[in-house]
Amino acid sequence: MSTWLRNNRLAALAALAFALVTASIALVFFYAPVDADGLNQKIFYFHVGVALTAYACFGWGGWKALRVLWKRDEDADLESYVAIHQGVIFGALTLVTGSIWARYRWGHWWEWHENQLVLFLVLFLFYAAYFMLRFSVPAGPRRANLSAVYALFGVALVPVSILAIRLSERFIHPVAFDRNGPNMAGSQFFTFCVSLAAMLALAATLYHVELAGKRIDVRLRELREALR
Amino acid sequence: MTYLADVGALARKDLLLELRARDTLPAMLLFVLSTLVVFHFALPGNSSERAATGLLWVAIVFTALLGLSRAFAAEREQGVLDGLVLAPSDRSAIWLGKALSVLVFLGLAELVALPAFALLFAPVDGSMILGVVLADLGIAAVGTLLAAMAAASRARELLLPLIFLPLAIPIVVGGVGASVTENPARYVGFLALYDALFAIICWASFEYVVTE
Amino acid sequence: MTTEEKYVAAAYLVIFAVVLAYVVIIALKLQRLERELTELAELARAKQEERKAVAVG
Repeated sequence: MSTWLRNNRLAALAALAFALVTASIALVFFYAPVDADGLNQKIFYFHVGVALTAYACFGWGGWKALRVLWKRDEDADLESYVAIHQGVIFGALTLVTGSIWARYRWGHWWEWHENQLVLFLVLFLFYAAYFMLRFSVPAGPRRANLSAVYALFGVALVPVSILAIRLSERFIHPVAFDRNGPNMAGSQFFTFCVSLAAMLALAATLYHVELAGKRIDVRLRELREALR
Repeated sequence: MTYLADVGALARKDLLLELRARDTLPAMLLFVLSTLVVFHFALPGNSSERAATGLLWVAIVFTALLGLSRAFAAEREQGVLDGLVLAPSDRSAIWLGKALSVLVFLGLAELVALPAFALLFAPVDGSMILGVVLADLGIAAVGTLLAAMAAASRARELLLPLIFLPLAIPIVVGGVGASVTENPARYVGFLALYDALFAIICWASFEYVVTE
Repeated sequence: MTTEEKYVAAAYLVIFAVVLAYVVIIALKLQRLERELTELAELARAKQEERKAVAVG
């Protein structure tokens, strides 16, 4: 069993993601109670999970970037890039689901007072520029260095932007967590945790699938060189 | 202190080059003045002073971009950067020297821009000047590193605004807050925090931008 | 369906659509990899036959 797991880590991860996503959708629609917020609450479970997953992806990308610079780990460059790519996909999902929520909650598709949405817009622009930077530098150690330094800037930009946006706008985004712990009923919190785990597992699966594809690309290129 | 001597020598080199060739600073001065005039016509007739102040910050950021996109032009054209990297000094001295010269250019451009703004739009107060000074520090620190990155890419001048503007958003938030709100202290503090944080990151990571 | 339900459905639909779009992209990539691999396999076979011919001749 354990050797099977070791050899089929990606398949196991995909199965876990599948089970968790199914379970979380079932919990959201059939188990979690509808509170004063109305059905709108049902967007929240996924929206927040997706947003936190995007942060996790950016953080993972930053960690791998640090390893590029610090340990001169050559594989980490590709891993950092793929993690940030996942982060941008989940960031875009956050923007869209958050926008739907804002339309429902406040009647506008875009709400400049909605701190999380503005923050994600800034991060989205930043990481889109990351891809521009990466694609305009020829592949090699130089590109790995430049991408890694820029990814580290992103890690610093997140707290700085949170601070900046909190300073500049009044605060109307509903807060799910405060100093007294989760601000919701137990069954809702459980549903939320399962949704978050589901999104993290989904992101991890997509990350490994993309990474495997990129690695196959590299191996094929090496093979072509060897056969020539 | 050989480190400070290196930094001083590098900054002096840039300033001397500019004094002889005069190809960046006059362009920045003219650009910031033209931008202010364009803004006058872009604003509706009865708009508030606050809107004008916001546009001043747009002018500052774009003028800085103009200067930054030329920051490593001489080095790149003459292939000086490789020589500097091989020189027996700390690589971060290259960043610090360049950031100092960029800071001088920015300061000189704003020495013209702020009086012009006061004359044409709205009075300038102390907290606004403090905000501009702190913002210049941040722009010079981050901008110099990003200009070195852009210089290493194929897209060059095209890339710099794309990678710089998202990082400049907190500067604009802090700067506008320092110039228009009743309580500028926390925005000034925020700008100082930004400067310190990003200056440390830039100082520590510049080495990796110019080497392989 | 009430408007409320429509918004919830839309939010979930977006996530579903993005995951499916991802599947399409991966499928395209798999196709390209398969093509490249076939090409490389043919190249390898040709090389092998060449070597055999040299050994015989």
